[in-house]
Amino acid sequence: MTPAQIALRALIVGFAVAMVMVTGFAYTTLFERKLLARLQSRIGPNRSGYIPLPGKGGEKRLLKGFLQPGADAVKLFMKEDQTPAGVDRVVYNLAPMLAVIPAIMILAVIPWAGEITIFGSLFTPYFAIAPGLDVAILYMLSITSIGVYGIVLAGWASNSKYAILGGIRASAQMISYELAMGMSILVPVMLADSMDMGVIVSKQASFWYVLYFPAAAVFLLAVMAELQRLPFDLVEAEQELSSGFNVEYGGMRFGMFFMAEYMKMIIFSAIAATLFFGGYRGPFVDQLPGLGFFYLFLKIVAGLFMLVWIRSSFPRLRYDQLMEFGWKRLLPLAVFNFIIVAVVIILEQEGIIF
Amino acid sequence: MFETFTELARGMATTFKHLWRPPVTIQYPEEKRQVHERFKGRHVLNRYDNGLEKCIGCALCAAACPADAIFVEAAENSDDERYSPGDRFASTYEINLLRCIFCGYCEDACPTEAITLEHNYELSFYDREGAIYTKDMLIVDVPVNGRSTPQPVESGTFDRAIPEMEDPK
Repeated sequence: MTPAQIALRALIVGFAVAMVMVTGFAYTTLFERKLLARLQSRIGPNRSGYIPLPGKGGEKRLLKGFLQPGADAVKLFMKEDQTPAGVDRVVYNLAPMLAVIPAIMILAVIPWAGEITIFGSLFTPYFAIAPGLDVAILYMLSITSIGVYGIVLAGWASNSKYAILGGIRASAQMISYELAMGMSILVPVMLADSMDMGVIVSKQASFWYVLYFPAAAVFLLAVMAELQRLPFDLVEAEQELSSGFNVEYGGMRFGMFFMAEYMKMIIFSAIAATLFFGGYRGPFVDQLPGLGFFYLFLKIVAGLFMLVWIRSSFPRLRYDQLMEFGWKRLLPLAVFNFIIVAVVIILEQEGIIF
Repeated sequence: MFETFTELARGMATTFKHLWRPPVTIQYPEEKRQVHERFKGRHVLNRYDNGLEKCIGCALCAAACPADAIFVEAAENSDDERYSPGDRFASTYEINLLRCIFCGYCEDACPTEAITLEHNYELSFYDREGAIYTKDMLIVDVPVNGRSTPQPVESGTFDRAIPEMEDPK
């Protein structure tokens, strides 16, 4: 294929994936609200929309509340777009975009399915916006770091003490936990001997890298901190900071922060699945590559379920506990695990063990 | 260290158990919460079985009210236009539900059990005037065998200022 064809294909695939992801983001909010409600013995949103099913004893109502994301979006768009007095206007307007754009950009490197033919064109070596990118892991790490700027700048530009405290917490927290995350990602990278996500997935054909569970556990914990989800949501601790960095934002600008957070939830579930849980691989995926989408979808839903479940179970950490946990527990564990795996790989290559 | 993980797992298990329990939510406008028998909600003015009003306009409820929420104005009954079996009846009866504290003292003060606090808790209004419930809004419907008030009666049927507590003939 010529470079122009590759670019065109990346555009088309990217558009499709981004559309799916925006819808997915909307339904992730509904998924979280519904599941969180059920975990707390409540019902959750059930007023907007249902699918009527005729049955004996009156009609049955299926999927009550499935239009709730639409209602939320309409509400956010209808809100007055306020700019508080004394804000740094350029940065204030830039911050939500800086939060959302990196979240969408990470999508480029995630493999959604294996080698597959769609509409007569062969996607090889796997189905992604940028397949075969051999710096995928580095790309992902660097782009997630940019996401921090959205939050820090939002806090700084808002001309509010709550917001700046939230922003400062965000920067400290995300920088601390990114270290542990990077260290734990090195384990699958070393095992697969590649930074290409597709290669990491295809190397997991026989067994999943989650078997190296310290790395997987550190990664999942660091991801939760990176996403600022409970129990690590000190950035927007409602009781202390009202809502932290986004307190001065309203309408769709607030919606963009919301979007960034939930998109990152999906994306990091996908990345966790890719690095540790075999990505799009599953039974019969070699014979029927279309199943790859389904398996990855299942794994993403499982990841989201875990995130919501953990949110409903644990209270927020205190700030010093958060820092202590990150630097004194998680980072040494990640480094130790990384060294052990490195030594074992070298010994295996030299033929001393196995 | 090990204890930490078991405790974390116990926390997760607790929330997971709740996932399988039926929700405790009551879908309010469609389903209503069952209140207790002695729940003190909005007041009603009661009637006897023949339709006569129990209230004799004595204003003891207004005197007993600690929040000064009740206003009563009495008028004389006549045999041609009889509202209550007593001498007088309440020509105006107003309760300001923004002032009412639902203590039930009016219920205790009433000599004829005319005012009682019932189970209606759906009290909402758009303005302060809407909070003032008048006699028309408070009085119960006429019983099936009764007639509405005022009703003409034979003279001499009711000769007491404060009637007997049981239903009159």
